[in-house]
Amino acid sequence: MTDLSSRDLLGDRKAVIDAFARRHRFKWYEAIPWLAAIACYFLFESYHALGAQIFATILFALSLDLLIGFAGIVTLGHAAFFGVGAYAAGVMAANGWHEPLSEVLVAAIVAAGVGFASGLIVLRTAGLTLLMQTLVVAALLQELANKWSSVTGGSDGLLGMKIDPIFGLFRFDLFGDTAYVYCLAVLFIGWLIARNIVYSSFGRSLTGIRENTNRMHAIGAPVDRRKLVIYTISAALAGVSGALIAQTTALVGLNTLALSKSGELIIMLVIGGIGRLYGAFIGVPLYMIAQDRFSQIDPIYWYFWIGLFMIFVVVFARGGVLGVFERFNQRRRSR
Amino acid sequence: MSDFFSITTSILFHGLAMAMVLYLISVGLSVTMGLMGFVNLAHGAFAMAGGYTLVILMKQQNLPFGVALLAAIVICVVLSLILERLLYRRLYGGDELDQVLMTMGLIFASVGAATFLFGPVSQSLEPPAMLRGQINVLGREFPTYRSFLILCGALLVTALWLGLERTRFGAQIRASVDNLRMAQTLGINTSQLFTVAFALGSGLAALGGGLGADFLNVGPNYALEYLVYFLIVVAVGGLGSIRGPFVAALIVGVSDTAFKYLAPQYGAFFIYAITMAILLWRPRGLFGQSA
Repeated sequence: MTDLSSRDLLGDRKAVIDAFARRHRFKWYEAIPWLAAIACYFLFESYHALGAQIFATILFALSLDLLIGFAGIVTLGHAAFFGVGAYAAGVMAANGWHEPLSEVLVAAIVAAGVGFASGLIVLRTAGLTLLMQTLVVAALLQELANKWSSVTGGSDGLLGMKIDPIFGLFRFDLFGDTAYVYCLAVLFIGWLIARNIVYSSFGRSLTGIRENTNRMHAIGAPVDRRKLVIYTISAALAGVSGALIAQTTALVGLNTLALSKSGELIIMLVIGGIGRLYGAFIGVPLYMIAQDRFSQIDPIYWYFWIGLFMIFVVVFARGGVLGVFERFNQRRRSR
Repeated sequence: MSDFFSITTSILFHGLAMAMVLYLISVGLSVTMGLMGFVNLAHGAFAMAGGYTLVILMKQQNLPFGVALLAAIVICVVLSLILERLLYRRLYGGDELDQVLMTMGLIFASVGAATFLFGPVSQSLEPPAMLRGQINVLGREFPTYRSFLILCGALLVTALWLGLERTRFGAQIRASVDNLRMAQTLGINTSQLFTVAFALGSGLAALGGGLGADFLNVGPNYALEYLVYFLIVVAVGGLGSIRGPFVAALIVGVSDTAFKYLAPQYGAFFIYAITMAILLWRPRGLFGQSA
C-alpha cells in the first residue's frame, strides 16, 4: 500500500517537475521584444533618448506587475521606491561619486531597505487601507524630499549630477546612444530576475496568495513572509529603474515620488495587460510613444483621453492588449 | 499662559472647520466602501465638481451663494447617478483591482476635463458679504466664514446621524453594511439602496468640496492631490463606519492645523506619520469591525 502510493507520488513528482521545466523553458516569442529593441536602435536613431526612458520605465512597470499581477498586492505608492532609487543615485552623483553601476547597486539596496521597512507595516492590511498606506508612504517620502532641500534640492529638483562613463569606456552622450544600450542591458537582467521569480515555486505560491489568501494560510504557506519578500524585491527593481532615469536624464525631481507617477504606471501596465509578465513591454512603449506624439500637439488633454481609455479598457477590454489577444487566440482555437 | 490658550483655541477652531469639510467629503466614501466594498478612488472628483460648479456659478452667473451651492449639489448628484449607472454598476462585487483601475481612470479624466473647462489655475471662493470678516464669540474674534462652516457641518452631521439612526432608510443602510446577503434575503432592495447611498455620498462630497474651497483649493488636480486625505479619513475611521470618519477627520484636521502652525518646516510629514502609527496599532481603523 505504502509502496504503491509512494511510487505514484514519485511518478507524479517527475511529471510535475517536467511540467515546471517546460513552463520555464524560453519560447520563441520571448525573443521578440529584444529583437525589436535592437532593431529600433538602428531604425530610429534620433529617438535613442526616448528609447532609454522607455526601457527604464518598462523595468519599473515590470516590478509593479510582480506586486499587482502576481502577488495581488494593489499599491498606489510604487513611485516611492522609484523615487528613492532615483534620489539615492542622484545624491551620490551630485556629491562626488560618479561611477554609474555602483550607484545602481546602492539605489537597489536603499529602495529594498525602504520596501522592507514599509512592507513590514503596510502589508498587514488589505483593500482600501492598504491602498491608503502605500499612498501615505510615498507622500511621506515626497514631503521628506521636499523639506530636506539641503540634500535633495527640494522643489527645484536635484541638479549638478555628474556620471562617469560605464566601465570607464562608454560615455553618456547627448543623443542617448549609450543610455539606450545601458538601459536595455539593465532591463534584460531585471527581466531575467522577474521571469525566474514568476516561474519558480515561490512565484506559484504568490499566485496562490493572490487567488485565495486564506487557503494559502490553511496549507501552511508563510503568506506574510512571502509577501514581504516580493515587496522588497519589487522595491529594489523599482529603485534600479529610478536610478536609470536619474542617470540618463541627470535630473531628479519631486515628481518621481508623486501619486500621478504611480497612477500613470498603473495605466501603462493596464494597457499592456496585468499579470502577464509582457504587459509592461507592450503598454509602456504604447503609452510613452503616444504621449511623446500627442503632447506636442495637445498636452492638456492627454490626461483626459488616457483616463477615458483606461475606463474603456477596464470595462470593455479586460486584460489590456495581451488579454484581447489571448481571447482572440482562444476563440480561434475553439473553432 | 493666555498666549498658549489663544493658540490652542485658534488651532482647535481651524482644525474643527477643516474636519467638517473632510468629513462631509469622505463620509460617502466610507458608506460605499462598507455597503458594496467598492473602492471608489474617484470620490474626490465629485467634491471637485461641486467646488467648481459653486465658484463658476457665483462668478459667471452672479448667483447668490445659497442658490449656487444648491445647484452644485444637484448637478453633482445627477452626474454621480449617470456615472453609477454607466460605469460603477458593472464592477459591483467584482475584482478590487478593476475598481481601482476604473476609478483611477476617472480621476485622470477629471483632471483633463477640469483643465479643459476651467484652465490650469485653481479657483478661489469669494464668500458672500454676510460671511466675510470677523465675528465676536465670547470676547474673541473668529473668521465668520469658518464659523459658518463649523455650524453648517455640525447641523449636517447631526442630520446625517439622526437620519441613519432614526429613519427606515438609515436602518436599511446599517443592515446592509453589517450583512449584505442577510439584508437582501429580508427583501431590502440593496441595488436601489446603493444607488441612493451613492448619490447621497456624492452630494455630500459636492457640498464639502464647495464649502471647503478655502481649505482645499479647487484646481484640476484636486482628486489626485487630496485623495490621500480622504483615504486617511476613511481608513483611520474604519470602513463602513459613520462616526469613525468623524473622529478621524477631527484628528487629521486638528493635527494638520497644529503642525502647520507650530512646525511648518515639516509640512504634512507628521500627519502621515500619525496615520501610519494609528494603523499599526489598529489595522482596521479606530471604529472598524473586527474580523
